Amino acid sequence: MDHAVISRETHAAFLVGLGDDALILGQRLSEWCGHAPTVEVDLSLANLGLDLIGQGTLLLSRAAEIENAGRDADALAFFRDELDFRNSLLVEQPNGDFARTITRQFLFSTFQNLFYGALTASADTELAAIAAKAVKETDYHAGLAREWVIRLGDGTEESRRRTIDGLDWNWRFIGELFTNDAVDEAMINAQIGVDRTALRAPFDTVMAETLKEATLDVPAQHRPVSGGRQGKHSEHLGHLLAVMQHIPRSFPDARW
Amino acid sequence: MLDVLTNVPDPEIPVISVVDLGIIRSVESSPPAVLLTPTYSGCPATLVIEQAVRSALDSAGFRDVGIRTVLSPPWTTDWISDAGREKLRAYGIAPPPQGAAMSSLRNKEAAACPRCGSTETHEVSRFGSTPCKALWQCESCLEPFDRFKCH
Repeated sequence: MDHAVISRETHAAFLVGLGDDALILGQRLSEWCGHAPTVEVDLSLANLGLDLIGQGTLLLSRAAEIENAGRDADALAFFRDELDFRNSLLVEQPNGDFARTITRQFLFSTFQNLFYGALTASADTELAAIAAKAVKETDYHAGLAREWVIRLGDGTEESRRRTIDGLDWNWRFIGELFTNDAVDEAMINAQIGVDRTALRAPFDTVMAETLKEATLDVPAQHRPVSGGRQGKHSEHLGHLLAVMQHIPRSFPDARW
Repeated sequence: MLDVLTNVPDPEIPVISVVDLGIIRSVESSPPAVLLTPTYSGCPATLVIEQAVRSALDSAGFRDVGIRTVLSPPWTTDWISDAGREKLRAYGIAPPPQGAAMSSLRNKEAAACPRCGSTETHEVSRFGSTPCKALWQCESCLEPFDRFKCH
C-alpha cells in the first residue's frame, strides 16, 4: 500500500507531541529527587525521570531533524514557550503526594507502553528504533507503578484513601490520551503514527485487573478534560517550564 | 581501530570495554568511521563514551575518524560478549542471562549471586546505582549485589 504523502511540518509536530509528553513527565519526576519517602522510591522516580528525559531527547532530536529548520532538541526543549508545548495535560499535573504521583505514573506508563509497542511498526524507521528501546523501559515503569498501586490501594486506611484521591485527580485527563487529532490522523494514514483509540481497550483491561487486585473501584467516567495537545495547558505547565528553562535562557550560550 | 577501542572502558563499569558491552556497532574503513549505539534512552554515559572513543582514537593516531550514533536496531544486553559477562560477574555484577532481552525488563527470574553462585536471592530495589542495574541481595552469603537489567 502506498504511504500517504505528509508534510515535514506534520511529521515534526507528531514527534514534538511525543517528545513533550516524555520530557515534561521526566521533569516532573525529577522534582522528587532527594524528597521521596524512602531511598528506594527516590532512586526509582529519578531513574524513571531519566529514562523519560532520554526518550524525550531522542524524540525531539528526530523532530528537529525532520523539521530541518536549524533547531536541535535543546532548542525545542528550552526555547519554546508554553503555548507551543504539545504534551497532554496528564503529564504536567503537579506531583501531589506519592500516591498521586504513582497513580499518574500508572495511568501514563500503561498508555505509553501500549503506544510505543504499536510505534515499533512505524514506517519512520528511526522512530521505530527509538520506540523499540523505549518500550522496554516503559514496560518496567508500568510494572513498577502497578505494584505500588496494588500495595497502596490494598494497604493501610490512609494509603488507600490517598490512592483513591490520586486516581480521582488524574483520571480526568486520560481521555485526551486516546483521542486522535488531525496530526494523528495524517500520521496513521502515512503508517507512521498510531491509532490511539485502539489502545483504549487494552488499557481498560490493565486498569480493571490492577485495580481489582488493589481492592479499588475503577473511577467513574468524568467529563474528560483535554487541550494540552493543542497547546491549551493548565497553569501548572508555566511554572514547570520556568524552572526547566531559566538557566539555558539566562545563559543561552553556556557549555558544560 | 577496533584494537584501540577494546581498551576504552565503560565510564560507569570500568572493568568492561565498550566493545565487550556491544555498543560499538561497527568500524568502517573508507571513510573511517566508528558506529556507536546508545544503551538506555537516558543513559548519561552516552556522551562520555563518545568523548572517550574520540580521545582514544586521537591518541592512537586515528585523527580523521567520524563517530556516528546509530539507533536501529536498538542495543540489547544480548550484545554483551561472553567475555564481557564474565568480567561483570568477576566485578560483582550479576550479568543478564543471554537471550533474555526479548522477555523484557520485568524479568522476574532469580539472579545468581556473583560472589557465591547461590540462586537464593531477592530484589531489594528495582533501580540501583545506575539506570542499567537493579539492587539484589543474596540469602546464602547475605551480600548485596548489583544485577544488570535485561534490555
